[in-house]
Amino acid sequence: MTALLELDEVELAFGGLVAIGGLSLRVDKGEVLAVIGPNGAGKTSMLNLVTRVFTARRGRIRFKGQDIAQMPRARIAHLGIARTFQNIELFDAATVLDNLLLGRHRFGSGRWWQQILRTPALTRLEESHRAKAEEVIEFLDLSPWRNARVAGLPYGVRKVVELGRALCAEPELLFLDEPASGLNPEETRDLAFWIEDIRTELGITVVMIEHDMSLVSAVADRVVCMAQGKMLAEGTPAKVQGHPDVIAAYLGT
Amino acid sequence: MRFDYHTAYRQGFALLPHTSDRVLYGLLIALLLAVPFFASTYLLGELGYVLILCIAAMGLMVLTGFTGQVSLGHASFVAIGAYAHAWLMTQGLPFALSLPLAALISAGAGLVVGIPAIRVSGLYLAMVTLAFSIVVEQVIGLWRGVTGGFMGMLVPNPELLGLSLSSPRAFYYVCLFFALAVLLALLNLMRSGIGRAFVGVRDSEAAAYALGIPVKRVKVGAFGLSAGVTGLAGALMAHHIGYLTPDAFTLLLSLDLVLMVVIGGMGSLRGAILGAILISLLPRAVAALKALLPEAMARQSGMEIFVAGAVLAFFVLFEPMGLNGRWLKLRALLESFPLYRRDTFRRQKSYMRSERNR
Repeated sequence: MTALLELDEVELAFGGLVAIGGLSLRVDKGEVLAVIGPNGAGKTSMLNLVTRVFTARRGRIRFKGQDIAQMPRARIAHLGIARTFQNIELFDAATVLDNLLLGRHRFGSGRWWQQILRTPALTRLEESHRAKAEEVIEFLDLSPWRNARVAGLPYGVRKVVELGRALCAEPELLFLDEPASGLNPEETRDLAFWIEDIRTELGITVVMIEHDMSLVSAVADRVVCMAQGKMLAEGTPAKVQGHPDVIAAYLGT
Repeated sequence: MRFDYHTAYRQGFALLPHTSDRVLYGLLIALLLAVPFFASTYLLGELGYVLILCIAAMGLMVLTGFTGQVSLGHASFVAIGAYAHAWLMTQGLPFALSLPLAALISAGAGLVVGIPAIRVSGLYLAMVTLAFSIVVEQVIGLWRGVTGGFMGMLVPNPELLGLSLSSPRAFYYVCLFFALAVLLALLNLMRSGIGRAFVGVRDSEAAAYALGIPVKRVKVGAFGLSAGVTGLAGALMAHHIGYLTPDAFTLLLSLDLVLMVVIGGMGSLRGAILGAILISLLPRAVAALKALLPEAMARQSGMEIFVAGAVLAFFVLFEPMGLNGRWLKLRALLESFPLYRRDTFRRQKSYMRSERNR
């Protein structure tokens, strides 16, 4: 297995508060890695470090061997890293289709004068983006909502739209921040199938931050448990769940 | 009810997908082209002015409606466009060259004002733009060598290929041409990648970054584009006014533009046009109203501002989606006539907005 993403002794601090202290983590190509841990463990902070919302104080973050720890925030998507958000961050006033097309942004949308004149080449480009968006709509069963505004959609559908938008970016590495929070059991089961398909059919490496252990044990190849900015345990879902430190971190004993 | 059956994606891209739309908009354009043949000179001048305001409102709509950035200083871009155009023409540049140059100069000023927009937003950005418009007003007043100061400056007559465009009829056609050209250009732009990036930055900066949109560049670029379009309107306005003085471009004009955008309906070019028409007709309506009121009330000053404020308050209370929202509802009512449901447009309340990392 080759490493797709490597965090090497990464440290993140807000003033004197150390959110992540010396975390090393490795994501292998083609795996589904679940990150679990109690609230405030630094799971989302870790994800925000990789997507450059935050800047690490120390340490290296390597994606396919390239150091991305100081890269501009908007460049990350162009490398093939996509993410979803814990509190859904969709473009509320736009339609589902426009949200998905925005996911295609990194593949370009023509020169500005082509856009103004709507040249034939631009129409063909827009058609190719649309075709990819339709593939994602098909994959995630979103067709009833295609032209609906996001603001009027039920919560569960919004979660799926956000996943779809990330897939439209055709990432190599996909971060899911609590994908199952707020979903009912049926929607969570659908999500488990989708994550499985994203890995096997689309060949995308998935890192998900998740509290729902039934989903984690259903889809994850490997689990990492974090607490207070450090890694507590890693291994198969069953092994991590049985680890005494993990139990202590959750129960506080 | 009407259902579309598409066999290729490009059929969905059409601006006017239905024959009925094409016929109606065709009739509208034919009417606009025919107006000079039966309208009075006064009416033509007024219509030209409305078209100029439509251009300016579309410029502000790009910034406020699509990119979500407030500007209380757009009158200064109108002023920069007007003065730049007038000055370039007095230097002997032909109309056809001076007009786009004036728009470019205004766009450059917009880029400079856009730089603070990277750091501040909302109320604070409104204050920055307000300060900018005060500075511009003062500069115009004091820079006598170029602008003629408070004494004002005469705008040369427009000419194209040796033909004078200063007659009301010719100038009306010039305004109509530019209004349609700007409308088409912005329509195309707003439904392509750049327009989507604008909307993305407006609705969620965090998500825009995560999708690889260079948020800062988009914000500054939106300012430049908006200022350029507004500057073009200003250049045309110079010919409409004929004699430029700083007090033609005060805060009141900025507020009128904001009113047009808000009342028209955020995020829609149709809204900008409808808003511009409504706001520019408002003073006429007030004048007509005054004739019907008792003498003592009609002589009170501030009637225009009162009515404008009341209209804005009513729209915010009863039709937050603006004139464009009203238009969409009317269309939906006509298209689904016996089956129309009021709740189609009712917005679902959601209680999930928590803190965001912008």
